[in-house]
Amino acid sequence: MTRPQNILVRGAGVAGLVAAVRLASRGARVTLAEAGPKVGSGASWMAGGMLAPWCEAESAPPEVTERSIDSLAWWRANVPDVQSNGSLVVAPPRDTAEVARFGRRTSHFREIGPQEIGELEPDLADRFQKALFFPEEGHLDPRKALPALADRLVNELGGRLLLNTPAAPTDETFDWTVDATGLRARKELSSLRGVRGEMLLLHCPDVTLHRPVRMLHPRIPIYIVPRADHLFMVGATMIESENDGPMTLRSMSELLNAAWTLHPGFAEAEIVDIGTGLRPSYPDNVPLVTQEGRTIFVNGMYRHGYLLSPWLGAQVEKLVFDS
Amino acid sequence: MKFYGTALSSPLMLGTAQYPSPDILASAVKAAQAGVITVSLRRESAGQKAGQAFWSLIRELEVPVLPNTAGCHTVKEAVTTAHMAREVFETDWVKLEVIGEADTLQPDVFGLVEAARILTSEGFRVFPYTTEDLVVAEKLLAAGCEVLMPWGAPIGSGKGLNNVFGLRALRAHFPDVPLVVDAGIGVPSHAAQAMELGYDAVLINTAVAKAGDPVAMARAFSLAVEAGALAYKADPMAERDMAAPSTPLLGKPVLA
Repeated sequence: MTRPQNILVRGAGVAGLVAAVRLASRGARVTLAEAGPKVGSGASWMAGGMLAPWCEAESAPPEVTERSIDSLAWWRANVPDVQSNGSLVVAPPRDTAEVARFGRRTSHFREIGPQEIGELEPDLADRFQKALFFPEEGHLDPRKALPALADRLVNELGGRLLLNTPAAPTDETFDWTVDATGLRARKELSSLRGVRGEMLLLHCPDVTLHRPVRMLHPRIPIYIVPRADHLFMVGATMIESENDGPMTLRSMSELLNAAWTLHPGFAEAEIVDIGTGLRPSYPDNVPLVTQEGRTIFVNGMYRHGYLLSPWLGAQVEKLVFDS
Repeated sequence: MKFYGTALSSPLMLGTAQYPSPDILASAVKAAQAGVITVSLRRESAGQKAGQAFWSLIRELEVPVLPNTAGCHTVKEAVTTAHMAREVFETDWVKLEVIGEADTLQPDVFGLVEAARILTSEGFRVFPYTTEDLVVAEKLLAAGCEVLMPWGAPIGSGKGLNNVFGLRALRAHFPDVPLVVDAGIGVPSHAAQAMELGYDAVLINTAVAKAGDPVAMARAFSLAVEAGALAYKADPMAERDMAAPSTPLLGKPVLA
């Protein structure tokens, strides 16, 4: 029997963690090295965690949908508490034309009226006349899913997790390096750029939602993702800027207005977290696996980190085990 | 017609915001054969040069860049953003927007005239985004602008040319000033109509960026402005209330 492949995965964001778990599940010895003090030190921590292959087709190319159809199933098999209640798309009364436009560009939904909206989300009863319901979609909480993957890697699959480790460890030699360091890999991946995103976490016992709701608006489309313990993630701006400084007043107003428009009960919500981050992105905004010698890069996650990491991890697996 | 002494390769000006990706933006600019592309800086943290990665993609398109002051609500903001734009894109061209009303994004024409006066005195070549108001147009020209960019309809509304009479009046009053319909164009026929009125260019962003297929829509707009410009040059027939059959009526019993 040959000895197991010894693999270094750099970067414990969603792409690195998923690749590490996949490789370790196939019998590789995996060391996961993270520059930051915890798993999910970068953009992954700020994500909405929507697993919405069909909604994303509104603005993403078809391959994003094709590569993510099995994503929800992978997450359900690998971390606890993944929700598969579908997702809902609504618009404020004066922007209802946006719902029709969204429908023309997407599939795997049905148009529903006030009664079914009220059955799915009682708190939204009578607030919207028309919505699109995508029953096959799901969502997860990134701040639970990432630690769960790390736990699985270390405690079930015999992997090693090194935090505060920006450079490659030199205590052993590796057959492969999987680089999932996001914008830190810019020197090697020169076409990467950062796309600024801003998000809020609200605590609001007055409102209950069971699935992500997208609120369409021609200029400022926003989504709200429910999490456990009455938490709601409100996101996210998309700005062609690499400023990772604090949130601007304009962005916060837009996010808060969307929450308020969805349900006035959010007026009394507590703002428990304000996050900003930079999404590593390629010029076509499609994530990619590339190989250079014994290094495999997984990068350009853009806004598709949770959606596409399982597929990208499978590509890494193929390169490691089938080449 | 020249814009501050420069002839454009095409009367189609294309905005660069809201595309699904920079790659699709680049393909759309190519398909549109755009004569100018506009870029916003205000929200992209021009102060810290944080938009550098995106701006270098814009520069690589090798189309003349017209930076804009989109998102500015005061004279001071607009002037500061114009200064940053000059530094980032090394051009003295600036599309001047001073927004007066947050919901419709209607220009604040009073602030616009003031900002235009400041910027032209500093050597900027100002392309003011204005309404179709004749008096405001006069004041902008007096402030040193040599181009006017009246709106067709509110930004992003896609309503087309809301006040054709006003736009026609502008054309008639200022036969020698380059005129651009900016904002409100939704479909290629709107752009063709603006060119048929004798306008020198149209500026389009949302209609291309938010189309299901931005690249195909960019090409559609390029064909439309070409058709409209050609039609204007060809001197269209006069409209009339009655039919004017082109076949002879000889032999018919009645000639009413």
